[in-house]
Amino acid sequence: MKVTFPHMGHLWLILKTALEGIGLEVVVPPPCTRRTLELGVRHAPESACLPLKVNLGNFLEAKELGADTIVMAGGVGPCRIGYYAQVQREILRDIGCEYKMVVFEPPDVHFSEVWDKVKYLNRRPWQEGVRGVILAWQKACAVDSLEQEVQHLRPREAKPGQADAVFQQALGELDAAGSRGEIKKIVKKAKSEMAKIPRHGGGPLLRVGIVGEIYTLLEPLVNLNIERRLGALGVEVVRGLFLSRWINDNLFKGLLPLPGHHPEKTAPPFLNHFVGGHGWESVGDTVTFARHGCDGVIQLAPLTCMPEIVAHSVMPAVQEARGIPVMTIYLDEQTGEAGLQTRLEAFVDMLRWQKGRKAAERRGTYLQQKLFQGAENKCQKFT
Amino acid sequence: MPKIYLGIDVGSVSTNVVALDEQGQVLTTVYLRTRGQPIQAIQEGLRQVVATLGKDISVAAAGTTGSGRSLAAVMVGADVIKNEITAHAFAASFAVPGVQTVLEIGGQDSKIIILRQGIVTDFAMNTVCAAGTGSFLDQQAARLGIPIEEFGRRALESRSPVRIAGRCAVFAESDMIHKQQQGHPLEDIIAGLCEALVRNYLNNVGKGKEILPPVVFQGGVAANAGMRQAFNRALGTEVIVPKHYGVMGALGAALLAREMRPAVSAFRGFDLTGREFRSGGFECQGCANHCEVVELREGRQVLARWGDRCGKWSNAVAV
Ligand code: SF4
Repeated sequence: MKVTFPHMGHLWLILKTALEGIGLEVVVPPPCTRRTLELGVRHAPESACLPLKVNLGNFLEAKELGADTIVMAGGVGPCRIGYYAQVQREILRDIGCEYKMVVFEPPDVHFSEVWDKVKYLNRRPWQEGVRGVILAWQKACAVDSLEQEVQHLRPREAKPGQADAVFQQALGELDAAGSRGEIKKIVKKAKSEMAKIPRHGGGPLLRVGIVGEIYTLLEPLVNLNIERRLGALGVEVVRGLFLSRWINDNLFKGLLPLPGHHPEKTAPPFLNHFVGGHGWESVGDTVTFARHGCDGVIQLAPLTCMPEIVAHSVMPAVQEARGIPVMTIYLDEQTGEAGLQTRLEAFVDMLRWQKGRKAAERRGTYLQQKLFQGAENKCQKFT
Repeated sequence: MPKIYLGIDVGSVSTNVVALDEQGQVLTTVYLRTRGQPIQAIQEGLRQVVATLGKDISVAAAGTTGSGRSLAAVMVGADVIKNEITAHAFAASFAVPGVQTVLEIGGQDSKIIILRQGIVTDFAMNTVCAAGTGSFLDQQAARLGIPIEEFGRRALESRSPVRIAGRCAVFAESDMIHKQQQGHPLEDIIAGLCEALVRNYLNNVGKGKEILPPVVFQGGVAANAGMRQAFNRALGTEVIVPKHYGVMGALGAALLAREMRPAVSAFRGFDLTGREFRSGGFECQGCANHCEVVELREGRQVLARWGDRCGKWSNAVAV
């Protein structure tokens, strides 16, 4: 059995460790590229949302490398991702690409549902398997902590791309790491390298929270590298959703003591109910970001994503009540980089302008020059 | 030597250049068709500026905007590179202080910008739908055999505009043909089309935005009296069309350049109209992204590269 799985940001690194830990041979799909997207778009229904298309591309590319079993997460609740595994299986069968599929779903009855599937896959004595899963978990936490560091550095580094280079290097090393000690060493080394990166000491930074559907949040191919683009524009990106948290919320049912999302506390009165996907969290996180002094929020969603459309429709009320500007971006395979870049730049200008005025109101002067502060010409980088 | 501020707006349909004096007064404006050749259009624009103002001028600062802003910036040496939305908002609030809503409809896209107390608070942009842009109006005018200049005037003659489905260019066109065949007078159809486009714009681009007066209507389509009237009716307020409505992006870029007042401008001199620039492209085979990398060359020297996702090429040249 050679297992593969869909890409979602850095998830591959964690899944690979966990699956290898239980004694499986793993085929990581090639990194998401335009080819992945093209393959997926060719075979998926046109109106399906982007995650399905890219995943399908991953499976087709993994097949070329000899994979024969897919492990993926499904979903429950009023979002069609719950059916995607089934739809994908049918599509793959139609085009003559045979795969076995093991779908993990948030356990709605008992944790044993997950356990049964693990048992089916497991090839090793369970102690060893558990060790692998724990190692994977430690890697997830390591990746997330490094990524937060990168998010902090991107708008501050003198030459864009340096923090990301260290991060990519560390990801490669983490992939190979086999023990907790090694992981710790890698994280320490990467952090000390990051600390050495020269900074520009420019004007005040903006902080922008990003919320939205998990896949568009975490997969750079799909969101056209939005975090790096914003970083290059002098914006510090904060995100409520990280892999470790998502794994805890969805597969371990929040068993581990991690700060989770609590949309039931933050989203009302704007949205009082789970609406599928991450719609509820999007609203809740927007409220949280506003409270923590972010200058703006960007909501990301695949085009036609129902839960995010629901969230989008209450955003004006959140904006009004909490005084935080929200921009919603829908992404699909047609999304052009130029259009996205223009929107981001305009949004950032707008926030900078507003922030400049707020500061000036406090001082009693208003400087339009605020518009020019920060990483003015860096925007060329990604256009 | 009088100092001037230059603004260059390179869009897919038109390339505009504006020159301002130190007080922000417009000295000259140039409107050109880009015709897929931005380099030539930029050079021609600068040539026309020199032709009008004479050689005896010095550029104190230059700004670029529009979808070709990066290319233009590298080519001419710009001090400010700004997105279209900021540039348009800036120009509108300069032309009409206190403006609260900017409606902009150009050749290829349309946008709405909401300002409160001189600051942008919200905006939206439409780049995908052709209905409601200048190109679509041009097309329909041509199909009806009316010069576009007369299109608006004919719309004003209408007494009862017909209702045309304007959600998308394809529907609008087929519905217009249908109404023509039913024998509706031409002016009623033209007026109906204007109303449909305005409806479409307000529903798609302006959705959920609070449109408060003063409302400025700019972009090439603002020349069209029929569209102006349709907006007046739909909004229940008189839209203001600024004097330089067709080149507001370039005006905004020039104003932003003036605002910045660099000690020394990065402008590379008017003689660049005579230099040889070439843009070329290649497909990188470095990974499965197969990025289409575009490069701008002057003679043999590569000035800049764009279009790579990984930064491998754009980092390779020091701009
Ligand atoms: S430019 Fe970079 S991302 Fe694009 S194809 Fe080449 S190597 Fe791949």
